[in-house]
Amino acid sequence: MARVLLNIPRTARKGEVIAIRTLIQHVMETGYRPGADGEVLPRDIIRRFTASFEGEEVFAADLSPAIAANPFLSFTMVASTTGTLVLRWQGDKGFDQTETREIMVTG
Amino acid sequence: MTRLACILLLLPLCLSAAAEERRSGFQDMAPETQAMQQDDTANPGMLWVLEGETLWNAPAGPAGQPCAGCHGSAESAMRGVAARYPAWDEADAAPIDLAGRIQQCRAARQGAPPLPRESEELLALTAYVARQSRGLPITPPEDPRLDPARAEGRALYTERRGQLDLSCAQCHDENAGRRLAGSAIPQAHPTGYPLYRLEWQSLGSLQRRLRGCMTGVRAEPYAYGALEYVAIELYLAQRAAGMTLEAPAVRP
Ligand code: HEC
Ligand code: HEC
Repeated sequence: MARVLLNIPRTARKGEVIAIRTLIQHVMETGYRPGADGEVLPRDIIRRFTASFEGEEVFAADLSPAIAANPFLSFTMVASTTGTLVLRWQGDKGFDQTETREIMVTG
Repeated sequence: MTRLACILLLLPLCLSAAAEERRSGFQDMAPETQAMQQDDTANPGMLWVLEGETLWNAPAGPAGQPCAGCHGSAESAMRGVAARYPAWDEADAAPIDLAGRIQQCRAARQGAPPLPRESEELLALTAYVARQSRGLPITPPEDPRLDPARAEGRALYTERRGQLDLSCAQCHDENAGRRLAGSAIPQAHPTGYPLYRLEWQSLGSLQRRLRGCMTGVRAEPYAYGALEYVAIELYLAQRAAGMTLEAPAVRP
């Protein structure tokens, strides 16, 4: 499992705009670079990131080989109800990681 | 005569002014990069710190003894340790840097397979241990046995090297604050190591940084772990005494 750093508020007021910030450990190998033996290293990147809240997609991004290692992604969403945020990173070599966090909405 | 007296009087002032002007590479970074370093959820170096925490508590070696088994909680046991390295190693009767000490504990005390320099595991453990000294001043040991190595470090720092025939001092003392191609030349204070360098897209040690500066002037770098590096690290720590540790830092 890749390590992740998440900055997600645990609680929010109803209607508040909250920022979700994510950082995941990944080499993001472009597929264009030669390795130590001169052979081109196969591409190994995260291709897609999705975030869904209570089953509904609230943010998605397609990643490309030009993105640096350990990609940092951040977005904002409106806290409507208490629920579960599911973050998912998918990529080459079967990379597939999911993190879930509860967000408590008050008021 | 008056002039001489004046110079003599001014000298301590000049020295203290120079000390105040010491700047961490952090201070000359773009605000975004500074923000990245200061936010633990945006600083990629924290990925290695997390890994290091896991390794600290993981059983290793024939006795299955984790680092924590002997040292307990790193938050208390390792607080301030990174701030006084490199230090004197009684066993080898030689100076040793923090990564070297961790390698030694791992091999000799845990009896676990050695961790090579710059391996992910060693970087992670070093980052985790160094993190416990974040915010503390660099306090080089007052151990006279380290003096010869410090003097050697100073000599290596001022010696011209490589096809470009440049010394560390020519860039980092005489031209610090100016620009070399796109990069600001920092004063070369070892406040942030191991650190995440955006150019490396990875965490790296101070020795990796020093190798980079050596190949930059087209000099042959020493092998990882060489005593020459430890000597330079000692001199740099002395030069930066009192400055605040910021590991794991971020640099461009
Ligand atoms: C079997 C017990 C044992 C284990 C396991 C062990 N150590 Fe140690 N370690 C020691 C002893 C004893 C010392 C020397 C005591 C001293 O100098 O304070 C030491 C010293 C150190 C120091 C230097 C402390 C200082 O104050 O200078 C560091 C850093 C360190 N160990 C890190 C680690 C790490 C990281 C691990 C796991 C990879 C580890 N140790 C595993 C016993 C152990
Ligand atoms: C040609 C000029 C030049 C020479 C010579 C040079 N460096 Fe550097 N050094 C740089 C530059 C420029 C940087 C900033 C990083 C970059 O962008 O490459 C740097 C970065 C550093 C840093 C990192 C500081 C930080 O904030 O993390 C250290 C430490 C360092 N050098 C030490 C040395 C030592 C020791 C030597 C001699 C062996 C040396 N340098 C030789 C130009 C030089």
